[in-house]
Amino acid sequence: MTSSAHASAQVLRGRGAALALIAPALAVVGIFFVAPLAMSVVVAFRAKDGGFTLEHFAKSFDLYGTDLLFTLAIVVVSTLLIGIVAIAIAGYLTLGEHPRTVAALRWLYRWPLFIPFVVAGQLMRTFLAKNGMLNHVLIGSGLIEPLSAQSLLDWRGIVIAFVWKQAPFVTLLLAGAMAALEPQHIEAARNLGARRLAVLIDIVLPQVRGTLLVGLVLSFVTMLSVLSVPLMINPNSPTMVTVDVAYRISTHADYPVANALCILSLLLAAVGAVFYLRHAAARVEAT
Amino acid sequence: MATRALALPASFSLPTPLATVLRAVVLALLAFAIFGPLLNLLLWAFAERWYFPNKLPIEFGLTYWYRVFQPRGNALASLGTSVWIALLTVAFSLAVAIPAGYALARLKLPWRGAILLTFLLPQAVPNLPVYVNIAQVFYQIGLNGTILGVVLVHASHGLVLAVWIASAAFASVDVSLEEASRNLGASPWTCFRTVTLPLATPGLIASAIFVFLESLDEFTGTYFVGVPDVTTLPLLMFNATMGGNYQISSITALLLLIPSIGFMLVVERFLKADVLAMVGR
Repeated sequence: MTSSAHASAQVLRGRGAALALIAPALAVVGIFFVAPLAMSVVVAFRAKDGGFTLEHFAKSFDLYGTDLLFTLAIVVVSTLLIGIVAIAIAGYLTLGEHPRTVAALRWLYRWPLFIPFVVAGQLMRTFLAKNGMLNHVLIGSGLIEPLSAQSLLDWRGIVIAFVWKQAPFVTLLLAGAMAALEPQHIEAARNLGARRLAVLIDIVLPQVRGTLLVGLVLSFVTMLSVLSVPLMINPNSPTMVTVDVAYRISTHADYPVANALCILSLLLAAVGAVFYLRHAAARVEAT
Repeated sequence: MATRALALPASFSLPTPLATVLRAVVLALLAFAIFGPLLNLLLWAFAERWYFPNKLPIEFGLTYWYRVFQPRGNALASLGTSVWIALLTVAFSLAVAIPAGYALARLKLPWRGAILLTFLLPQAVPNLPVYVNIAQVFYQIGLNGTILGVVLVHASHGLVLAVWIASAAFASVDVSLEEASRNLGASPWTCFRTVTLPLATPGLIASAIFVFLESLDEFTGTYFVGVPDVTTLPLLMFNATMGGNYQISSITALLLLIPSIGFMLVVERFLKADVLAMVGR
């Protein structure tokens, strides 16, 4: 990396040139991302007379306290499930001994990878409904009675849509990281008679923890911001904060409370970011 | 639940036929979980009439397809709008991401860490506050409900991926090739144009595809900034779903699925492991 930097110093001299090349991109992110974000903080804390206030936050907790907890619960449960599914699939792809099953799994798991959230929401809205395909299959296979069929279009539907859409992404990252591991470690452990589950947990997972964490944090933050899925699956209270923000703006043009809610979801995301930064710092120290 | 069984150790010494059955059952369950919702969508797209308690549509047909694709229908107009916005977003994003990616990969850059962190922000921070406030500002300066407004919002998000991938693509180009060309007397610009850029092209194409897809699929930003005049395909689909018109929304969803699944099938051809390994370095 440093040698390439030195060599290319000949190609284009000076830091000025480098800054000039990067300036347009920085300007776009600054104007259309950082500035609106800063504006959100200002609007959320500004009283009508221009002074500092916490009343918008008080109102947010008052009106949407349940939804904040609901959002946190949904996103945490989804993140955990995504982690379990990704570890199971990536683990089997790495350690599986049945080539055809591995090939089938590799072909199968990634279909939802680039399917947009708004389409995932639409898919689940019809699939999980009371008279949707899932219930028809469950009834047809005799697993449930027709009368006990219920709609999953509540928090469970949101979680299912999130896991369905995000698990392949984390699996892709994780399987890539696992494939890059030294095969000798795994073989040595297997030769010593370790079970595959033990190899996965004790040898493989600790080495790819960083990748798993990055994938999960990115998913956590993404899910916090998704508006379409809760809007389509479960728009009524209790629902996710994104729906409340949209409602606050479209119905009341209430920007202060909408921004206060945004800041609160930023704080939730910050919890994830702390995990991420801790890991990044640990990696910098390690190198 | 289904997938946990996958991690069962082989030395658990299940009898072979039982292990085969178990593998088949788990794969089948996973296949149903993944393809069930997609199959359901296909059924809806070709259903003429389908109501409770029928397990399958009562009548299949193409009536709704004609309605979606009629010459002056909303869907074709939305498809056109979506593709046009996505192309403009790609052009804009790459125009600023290629120089930025090159600088990050090859040049001595002051505050490199801080700059990388800035480009990390739009992926690491929930976007909702950004869209809400951009919409308010755009409303005041007349950019709300315009193509340009939507392109700017899409580009500010897509740019991040484009910069990362472009930077990784340039970093994976062998420096000695550039040095050889420079030693043979090529100017910096000729060297970039004839050596670096062609070698980085597969990665750059991948970043263009990523930006294109992200723009095509984007919902929340368009929802706030595009209203009321810019209706992209995802917004049209959303409106049809909320209006209870599952046939129209399923057909629109299928249109959105084609590029997504197509890209999923070819992604590894463009994004080689050597480029992936350089992302975020």
